[in-house]
Amino acid sequence: MLTLIAKRAVLGVFTLWLVSVLVFAGTEILPGDVAGAILGQSATPESLARLRAELGLDVPALQRYAEWLTGFVQGDMGRSMASGQPVADLLWPRFWNTMALAAYAGAIAVPLAVGLGITAAALRGGIFDRVSNVAALAFVSLPEYFLGLLLVLWLSVKTGWLPSLADTYDGMGLAAWFRATTLPMLVLVMVTTAQILRMTRTTVLGVMDQPYVETAFLKGLRNGRVVLRHATPNAAAPIVNVVSFNIAYLITGVVLVEAVFNYNGLGRFMVDAVSRRDLPLVQAAAMIFGGVYVFLNMVADIAAIALNPRLRHPRGKEA
Amino acid sequence: MTKPHDQLGINRRGLLAGMAGAGLLGVSGLPLRAQETPRRGGVLKLGISGGSTTDDFDVRKLADWVPVNQAYMVMNGLVEIDSDNIAQPELLESWEAEPGATVWTFDVRRGVTFHNGKSLTADDVIYSLNLHRGDSSSAARSIVAPITEIEKTGDHQIRITLESGNADLPYVLSDYHLLVVPEGFDDWSNPVGTGPFIPERIEPGVRGRFVRNEDYWKPGCANVDAVEVVVINDVTARTNALMSGQVQAINAVDFKTVNLLGRNPRVEIVRSAGGQHFTFLMDCTKAPFTDVNTRLAIKHAVDRQQLLDTALAGYGQLGNDHPIPQTDRFHNSELPQRTYDPEQAQFYAQKAGMDPLAVTLSASDAAFSGAVDAAAVFRAAATGAGIDVTIDRQPADGYWSDVWMQVPFCMSYWGGRPTADQMLSIAYESTSSYNDTRWANERFDRLLKEARALLDEEKRREIYWECQALIHNDGGAMIPMFGDYLDAVSTELRGVKPHAMFNLMGARMAEKVWFDA
Amino acid sequence: MTALTTRAASVPLTGWIGMALIALNLFLFLFGPMLAPYGQEEIVGVPFDVPQPGHPLGFDQNGRDMLSRLLYGARTSIGISLAAVCLSFAIGVPLGILAAIRGGWMDLVLSRLVDTVMSIPVLISALVVLQALGSSLPVLIVTIACLDSTRVFRLARLVAQGINVMEYAEVARLRGEGLIWMIRREILPNVMPPLVAEFGMRFCFTFLFVAGLSFLGLGVQPPFADWGGMVRDNQQGILYGLYAPLFPAAAIALVTIGVNLTVDWMLSGRTTVQGDNR
Repeated sequence: MLTLIAKRAVLGVFTLWLVSVLVFAGTEILPGDVAGAILGQSATPESLARLRAELGLDVPALQRYAEWLTGFVQGDMGRSMASGQPVADLLWPRFWNTMALAAYAGAIAVPLAVGLGITAAALRGGIFDRVSNVAALAFVSLPEYFLGLLLVLWLSVKTGWLPSLADTYDGMGLAAWFRATTLPMLVLVMVTTAQILRMTRTTVLGVMDQPYVETAFLKGLRNGRVVLRHATPNAAAPIVNVVSFNIAYLITGVVLVEAVFNYNGLGRFMVDAVSRRDLPLVQAAAMIFGGVYVFLNMVADIAAIALNPRLRHPRGKEA
Repeated sequence: MTKPHDQLGINRRGLLAGMAGAGLLGVSGLPLRAQETPRRGGVLKLGISGGSTTDDFDVRKLADWVPVNQAYMVMNGLVEIDSDNIAQPELLESWEAEPGATVWTFDVRRGVTFHNGKSLTADDVIYSLNLHRGDSSSAARSIVAPITEIEKTGDHQIRITLESGNADLPYVLSDYHLLVVPEGFDDWSNPVGTGPFIPERIEPGVRGRFVRNEDYWKPGCANVDAVEVVVINDVTARTNALMSGQVQAINAVDFKTVNLLGRNPRVEIVRSAGGQHFTFLMDCTKAPFTDVNTRLAIKHAVDRQQLLDTALAGYGQLGNDHPIPQTDRFHNSELPQRTYDPEQAQFYAQKAGMDPLAVTLSASDAAFSGAVDAAAVFRAAATGAGIDVTIDRQPADGYWSDVWMQVPFCMSYWGGRPTADQMLSIAYESTSSYNDTRWANERFDRLLKEARALLDEEKRREIYWECQALIHNDGGAMIPMFGDYLDAVSTELRGVKPHAMFNLMGARMAEKVWFDA
Repeated sequence: MTALTTRAASVPLTGWIGMALIALNLFLFLFGPMLAPYGQEEIVGVPFDVPQPGHPLGFDQNGRDMLSRLLYGARTSIGISLAAVCLSFAIGVPLGILAAIRGGWMDLVLSRLVDTVMSIPVLISALVVLQALGSSLPVLIVTIACLDSTRVFRLARLVAQGINVMEYAEVARLRGEGLIWMIRREILPNVMPPLVAEFGMRFCFTFLFVAGLSFLGLGVQPPFADWGGMVRDNQQGILYGLYAPLFPAAAIALVTIGVNLTVDWMLSGRTTVQGDNR
């Protein structure tokens, strides 16, 4: 198991390196650069050239990448090109914002969704199954910012129960923080619950078709017991997979929800950085997102292997 | 802000008489409350769009609404344009021009101290101006470029020499980049100024909190105890924040929903008419727009009223293919308003040998909010005139560097300028680097230069009228409409006025307003 | 036997609804633009005006007829989603299964590649690609398909891997069955349920993704209507109690529900045995 984790970690680092190459190349081929973004409508060929020289953009791309990589490996994320501030100062507060919201939403969504999914599987064809299914579909088919807007309308503008801005800052109380972030949390819970629920239900049902589950039924075991004891553990790998996907989404994919509630997370930060062509910021954010993804992926893979005895001791081929 | 008129010097007298009416068009639904005495107290929360994590207070790079508004909280300018579009003394207390308007003497306000305790002197003003001069990457470099020399003639007096006469110099010095910091200052993350508020905590692109400068020099200003700026770039989120009472004022209200928002009893819409206008730019050096007939065909193929009604919900004025607004005293009121005329459009297209005329219009909401919709509206009208318009929607990023002034036909906008001369010289003088239609007209260039140093109001008017006619008939800009600046404020706020220059009372709302008792 | 009868009685209800919705949308996809009373870019009323005779769904943010735009949008939206999802499955499923069965360097290379793409948030990847290449319909579809195919790949690989080590698969391998046989007889039938379920979800996510892209100005270009973009363009109306954004949102919801109900029904057709007889 340890060697497996080590192997995954090495692969993860390799993936991260690939990400950095890809992101660097991607931002290089993008039209426009940070100098143009800073000067905006006041860009003239002369002022552009001057600013480019000031920012070191006249250096060949490979050399700039090498410099960035050397710095990054030594733990120096560099400075923002547009403002000259250290990237770390800009990045970490937003990273913790993102993680906090993801944790808040994930802590509610994952148990809720897996629970509902298993229940729906156990009660297949029943009222609960159908209602939860159609509700999940309805939630998942509405754009997340539209869901957000509906919640703002009902819970904020009309009733004044919750603030429409997820305005968080250093030194605010815990209660205030929860109040401020509850609306975005609700949206994220709705969106992720739907997907996890459906996947859980489908996978559990799929496993229930396997011969050994039939055997269990034939032994006269009750439905709920079969679902919990026999079907669910064997469905665990895909469920863990979809859960880890959704957690990754909660961390890396919530740009639009952040925009609706004006929440200062990494997603908006990165879009902003891309549009400013502020490469050190883009790279740093990409590394964080990549790191999160690689980590969750590793967890899912290891969990899949740990939960599936056959994968743990593969016969006849390398894992 | 005492005696502004007689401090402006003899050269300005005629000008001022003509300026009185400017900016008044904008008042809408705001009861007159100017007589009320400001009340102190309360925390003002502003939800402002146009901020990013890379913002700081570097006056040379100020470009977006959040940094500009915040900069005006911390620092003061040299000259302030008031809500009637008139130049008022700010840190420059008074001024006088020598005949010919090439050499100007300015008195620096006395008794003003920076937040760090230093007293304001001429050296600070000179240092602050020099930040933008010479080999500087300042966005205001071209604005101060005509200044050939700045001399210190006393502890509180400077003399500015221009390369050629400019009767509008105080207006030029009202530019929002020209803010004053102590001599030698360069720590732009921790700004020090003479402004109404002192920064307490700033997270770039997120929020900022500013507390009142108890020693502020401007009378009747800095009424609230503190200002909190929340950066809200998304228009929906901004509107929500105002409606749910989390902020008391927002800028850049969406034209589409402004009427709906105005129905909210706790919200007032502030409508500021000014020089902001929207342009469809035809590059006069690129085919097919090298032919004036093509340009005229396009200018006749737009239904301006429909565009104004759909894109701006009527919150603006019709444009007549020149950039001088009705609020400007030099507006050419006798130039016939161009209207949607499919036959004329076809006539000119045929005259240009383009039948049918097919063009590609590059559009992005970077040009202005609703630009892409406006392009679609124009396309529909142009189709009716037999002109085939393809819309090439461009991403907002890189629009100004990759599309604007690069493609033959694109959408853009110009913010208003305090004087006709500034507007005409920045965007239409053939030598300007922002001549975004690459229109070159010798007569226009000559007239413009002549008028700049001219002190005879009537002669100046004649020249500017001809300039407008030249652009109207020959220029490459199709200007269908002028758009008002739209803000929305909570009814608790007092002292709110429209302002012809910018949103949020010329970006100076924070120091002016107070809370209802 | 009761299982069969119960199924026949219970499943078709949702199954029929699902199929009816799909049929309706297919019809709109084929004939929608022909049924539209107005052009998709024709301005015929006041922005955000309420429904009235001749305009049963009212007007959008530009004063265009909502019903007409919905009908036009059907073709664009369904077309894009269908094309992108089919393409992404055509790329992802074979590669995923191949990687699972073959293992070794092939698995390693593909998985690394997919991991790399997946570790960059989709919206950012799409932002970069679409900005660099321009947002035309083919580019849009291929971009979405490629980004989506990484998800499909991962799922296909994971499920196939699980099956590949099952006894029956190993027995088949020991029998000396070839790769194609393995895939066709052992892997495919068993990976179908999660993949079909994924198909339904992916299809609907693509609608939303296109809408998300229009948030960044990169989705379907105006004046062409697409449902996701219409929700986005009209969303503000909801705060003032207007219906405008509800119609395109409802259209997306109906397609999603239709596709997924059908998917459920197809799956329940396969996974029965112990059925509902308890």
